[in-house]
Amino acid sequence: MTEIFGIPLQAFLSQLLLGLVNGSFYAMLSLGLAVIFGLLNIVNFAHGTFYMMGAFGAWLLLQYLGLNYWFALILSPIAVGLLGVLVEKSMLRWLYKLDHLYGLLLTFGLALVLEGLFRQQFGVSGQPYQVPDLLRGATNLGFMILPNYRAWVVVASLVVCFATWYVIERTKLGAYLRAGTENPALTQAFGVNVPRMVTLTYAFGVALAGFAGVLASPIIQVNPLMGNNIIIVVFAVVVIGGMGSILGSILTGLSLGVIEGLTKVFYPEASSTVVFVIMAIVLLVRPAGLFGKEK
Amino acid sequence: MKRKLISAVVAGAFALAPVAMAQQKPAAGKISDGVVKVGVLSDMSGLYSDLGGQGSVVAAQMAVDDFGKTVLGAKIEIVSADHQNNAETGANRVREWFDRQQVDMVTDVLNSAVGIASGKVANEKKKLMMNVGAASTRLTNEDCNPHTIHYAYDTYALANGTGKAIVKTGGDTWFFLTADYAFGHSLESDTANVVRATGGKVVGQVRHPLNAADFSSFLLQAQTSKAKIVGLANAGGDTINSIKAANEFGITKNQSLAGLLVFITDIHSLGLNTAQGMLLTDGFYWDFDDKNREFAKKFFAKMKKMPSMIHAGVYSATMNYLKAIQAAGTDDALAVVAQMKKGNVSDFFLRNGMLREDNRMIHDMYLMQVKKQSESKYPWDYYTLKATIPAAEAFQPLSASRCPLIKK
Amino acid sequence: MDNRTRVLYVALLVAGLAAPAVVYPIFLMKALCFALFASAFNLLVGFTGLLSFGHAMFLGTAGYICGHAVKVMGFPTEAGILAGVAVSALLGYLVGSLAIRRQGIYFAMITLAFSQMLYFIYLQAPFTGGEDGLQSIPRGKFLGLVNLEDDIAMYYFTFAIVLFGFWTIYRTVHSPFGQVLKAIRENEARALSLGYDVDKYKLLAFVLSAALSGLAGATKALVFKFETLTDVHWHMSGEVVLMTLLGGMGTILGPTVGAFIVVTLQNYLSALEGWVNVITGVIFIICVLAFRRGVVGEIAAFLKKA
Repeated sequence: MTEIFGIPLQAFLSQLLLGLVNGSFYAMLSLGLAVIFGLLNIVNFAHGTFYMMGAFGAWLLLQYLGLNYWFALILSPIAVGLLGVLVEKSMLRWLYKLDHLYGLLLTFGLALVLEGLFRQQFGVSGQPYQVPDLLRGATNLGFMILPNYRAWVVVASLVVCFATWYVIERTKLGAYLRAGTENPALTQAFGVNVPRMVTLTYAFGVALAGFAGVLASPIIQVNPLMGNNIIIVVFAVVVIGGMGSILGSILTGLSLGVIEGLTKVFYPEASSTVVFVIMAIVLLVRPAGLFGKEK
Repeated sequence: MKRKLISAVVAGAFALAPVAMAQQKPAAGKISDGVVKVGVLSDMSGLYSDLGGQGSVVAAQMAVDDFGKTVLGAKIEIVSADHQNNAETGANRVREWFDRQQVDMVTDVLNSAVGIASGKVANEKKKLMMNVGAASTRLTNEDCNPHTIHYAYDTYALANGTGKAIVKTGGDTWFFLTADYAFGHSLESDTANVVRATGGKVVGQVRHPLNAADFSSFLLQAQTSKAKIVGLANAGGDTINSIKAANEFGITKNQSLAGLLVFITDIHSLGLNTAQGMLLTDGFYWDFDDKNREFAKKFFAKMKKMPSMIHAGVYSATMNYLKAIQAAGTDDALAVVAQMKKGNVSDFFLRNGMLREDNRMIHDMYLMQVKKQSESKYPWDYYTLKATIPAAEAFQPLSASRCPLIKK
Repeated sequence: MDNRTRVLYVALLVAGLAAPAVVYPIFLMKALCFALFASAFNLLVGFTGLLSFGHAMFLGTAGYICGHAVKVMGFPTEAGILAGVAVSALLGYLVGSLAIRRQGIYFAMITLAFSQMLYFIYLQAPFTGGEDGLQSIPRGKFLGLVNLEDDIAMYYFTFAIVLFGFWTIYRTVHSPFGQVLKAIRENEARALSLGYDVDKYKLLAFVLSAALSGLAGATKALVFKFETLTDVHWHMSGEVVLMTLLGGMGTILGPTVGAFIVVTLQNYLSALEGWVNVITGVIFIICVLAFRRGVVGEIAAFLKKA
C-alpha cells in the first residue's frame, strides 16, 4: 500500500474527502449566514436549527408520506424557507431598528424552542436515514474507496454555492440585493420592494441551511442536536472569512473543512480546536477577517 | 435609631440559623420517614434510553407490584428522573432526592460518569445506590464505597467474555474505538488487559465523544492501524452508528468489528443481517429458560419490546432490596447491604448470585453469538448460547481489587 | 442611595440571612452563585455595552482550577477560590484583548468561539476528568476552623462571598471608572474623542467581569463538590444572557432577580425534562420582543411614573 508520511494513502485521501465534505457544509451554512447578515444585519443563531429541520424534513417526508430523498432535496428546503418567511414576518421584522444584538438573542431563543420541541418529540438519539439507491455503495478508485454519496455531497454543494454566487454577483436580481445591502432607503426610492426582498433573502438563507440538512441526513444521524454541534464552528468560519464577501465565505468554509480533515490525520487531538486557533490568529493579524472589508 | 433596628433584624436572622441546622437531622425509626422510596435514575431520552430508560421504571414498578406494595407496613413508592448523561444533572438530582424527597435507594443509573458521581452522593448521605446500568469497574475499585452496590455487569466481565473469545479465534491485534468517558476508558483498559494476557497485541486507540454524529473519521484512523480487530468500546447508539459507518467505508472487508457491549435492543435495531455472527457477553437473555420467558412476556406486554439485561437487573435489584428490608427489619442502607451479603439473593436474573465483600454482585454471565437471519425462527430470536461463564470466573477476582474497603 | 433603596437592600440582606431556615440551602446557594455570575456578566453587557456570548468559560475555568487546587494540590478553600479567580481573570485578559478588536455582533461571536475552543480543550485535558467531570471536591474548612461540609455553614460562606461580589460591582458601577464605561456604552466614538483610551477601559471591564464570574464559578464548584463540562458549555453562556435580560440589563438588582427566576423555573420544571429548553426559549423571545427592560427595569420605570 502506498503511504504518505507513514499514513496509508487510502486513509489519507479518505480523511481529506471527509474534510471536504465537512467543508461543503461549512460553506453552505456560512454562505447563508453571510447573505442574511448582509441585508438584515442579523446573526442568525437559529441557522443550525434550520439545518437540523431540513434533515428532519427529509426524514419525516420519507416516514409519513413515503417521499424519497430526491423529493426531499426540493421540498424540505422549501418548507424550511416558508418557516423562515413566517419567522421574519412575525418576529425579526420588529427588531431592525434596534441594536443588532437583539436579533442574535431572538434567534438564540428561537433555536432553543425549536430544538427543544424536536428533542421532546424525537429524543436525542438520532434517526437513521438511508442513502438513496442511486448513490449507494462505493467506487473503488484503486488508491482509495470513495463512498458515492459523499462525493455527491461535495459536488451538489459546490454547484449550489456557486449558483448563489452567480445570482448575487452577476444578475439584476443580485444587483438589487447588493443595492439594498448598501442603502435600503435609496433602493426603496427606486421602486424596489425592500421589505419583501428582506423576507425573501431570509427565506433563501435558511432554505440553504435546510438544503445542507437534507444533504447531511444520510451521513449523520438525523438528530435534534445536529445543528448546534456545527453552528459555532460556522460562526468561527464566518469570523475568519469576514462577513463581507460571498466568495470569501465559500472558500473559507471549504478550506477550513480540509484543514480540519488534515488535522485528523496528523494530530487528531487538535481537530476540534484547530478552527478556533486559526480564528485567534486571523484576529491578531487581520481583525476584519480574510475577505472582510474594514468598516 | 435606624441602625439599631437594622442590627436587631440582622441578629434575629442569625438566630434563625440554628433552627435551620436542626431541621437537617433525619427522623429515627425502622423505616425512615415511614415510606420506602426507590429512585430510578436513567437516560430517558438519549442514546442509552433503549437499554434502560422508561423500561427500567416499568421493571422497578413490576418488582414493587410483585412484592406487594408495602414493606414492614410502609408504603413503597417509585420516582424517576432523566440524568441526560450528565454527571452534574444526575448527581444533583440524587442529592435532592436524598435531602428533600425521602428517597432511600437509587437504581439503574445507566452511564458510568453519572454512576460514579451519584455513588459518592449516596455515600455522603448514607443512602443506597444499586447500580445496574453503569459498567465501569471503577465502581467497585477506585471509587468503591460501602453504600454502592454494582449489580448487573461490568467492563471486566464483558472483556473477560467477549475479548477472550475473540483472541482465541485468531483476532490477536486490536485497535480500540472508545467512548471518551469513564465507561469507555474502563472497557478499553479491561479489554486490553485481557487481550494482552491471552497473547494478543493492542496497536492503538481513538477516543470519540459520547453520542458522536459521524464515526467515519474515527474509523479511518482504525483502518490506518491495520489491526485485525476494531474493538468498539462504546454502547447503545454509538455502537450502532460505528458499525454502520464501518460498512460504508469498506472497513469490514479487511478488519473485523468487535462490539464489546452490545444489548439485545441494539441487535434489534441493527438487524440480523448486519449483526449476524457477532460474539457478545450478556447477563440476561429473555429466551434462556421458562423463568426468564415469564418475566420477559410480562415486560413485553407493557413495553412492546423484550427486556435488556438492564431491565431485568433493575427488577431483580428492586426485588432483592425490598426482601432485604423485610428480613433486616429496617431500611438503613448498611443494614440492608449486610442482609444481602448473608442472605440468598439468587433469582432468575442472579444465577448463583452472591454479594461480595467489595459490593460486587456476582452471578453467571453468558457468551452469546448472534444468529443468522435464517436461523431466527420468531421475533426477538437472536442469540445462541456459546458458553455460560460461572459467577466465580465472570468477574474481577477479589484479590485483584483496588477497592480500599478490602482488607488484604 | 435614597431611603427606599436602602430599606430594600436591608430587607434583602435579612431575607438572605434567614432563608436557609425555610428553603433548601443547596438550591439557595445555586441561585446565589448564578446571581453573582449574572451580575458580573451585567457589568459588561449592561454597563459597558459589550455582549459576551462565551461567559461560561470564566465560570467553568474557575470551577476547574479551584476544584483541582483544593482536591489535588491540597490548597485551603480560600486559596483555591483565589486561584480560580486569578486564572479566570488571566483568561479574561487573553480573550478580552483579542475580542475587543471587533465590536457588536462580532464581539459576541468571537467570545462564543473562544469559549467553544476552551470547551473542547477541557473535554480532552486530563485534569478536568473530561465527560466524567472533576468529582469529590472537598469543601474544606473556612480559615481552618468552620467545617464547610455542613450545608448551613457553607450557605453563610457562600452568602458572604456573593455579598462581597455584589459590593464590588456596586462600587465599580458608581465609581468614575463606571461612569466612563457607561459613556462607552452610550456612544463609543464620543468617549474616544473625549480622550478616553476606550480599549483600555473595555479590557479592564472585561477582566473584572471575568474575575467575578470566576468567583461565582469557584464557589459553585465547592457548593456542588464537582465541576463538569456543563459549566463551560455555550448553553450556560446563553443562560446567563437570559438571566440578565429577564431581570433587566443595566440594573443593579436585575441579574439577581433574573437568576432566581431562572433557577427556580429549572428546579420546578425539571420534572418536565425537555420542556425546560422550550420554555427558556419562549421567555427569551418574549423578553426580546416585548420586555426589553426586564423585570426590574419595568418596575423601576413604573415607580418613576408613579
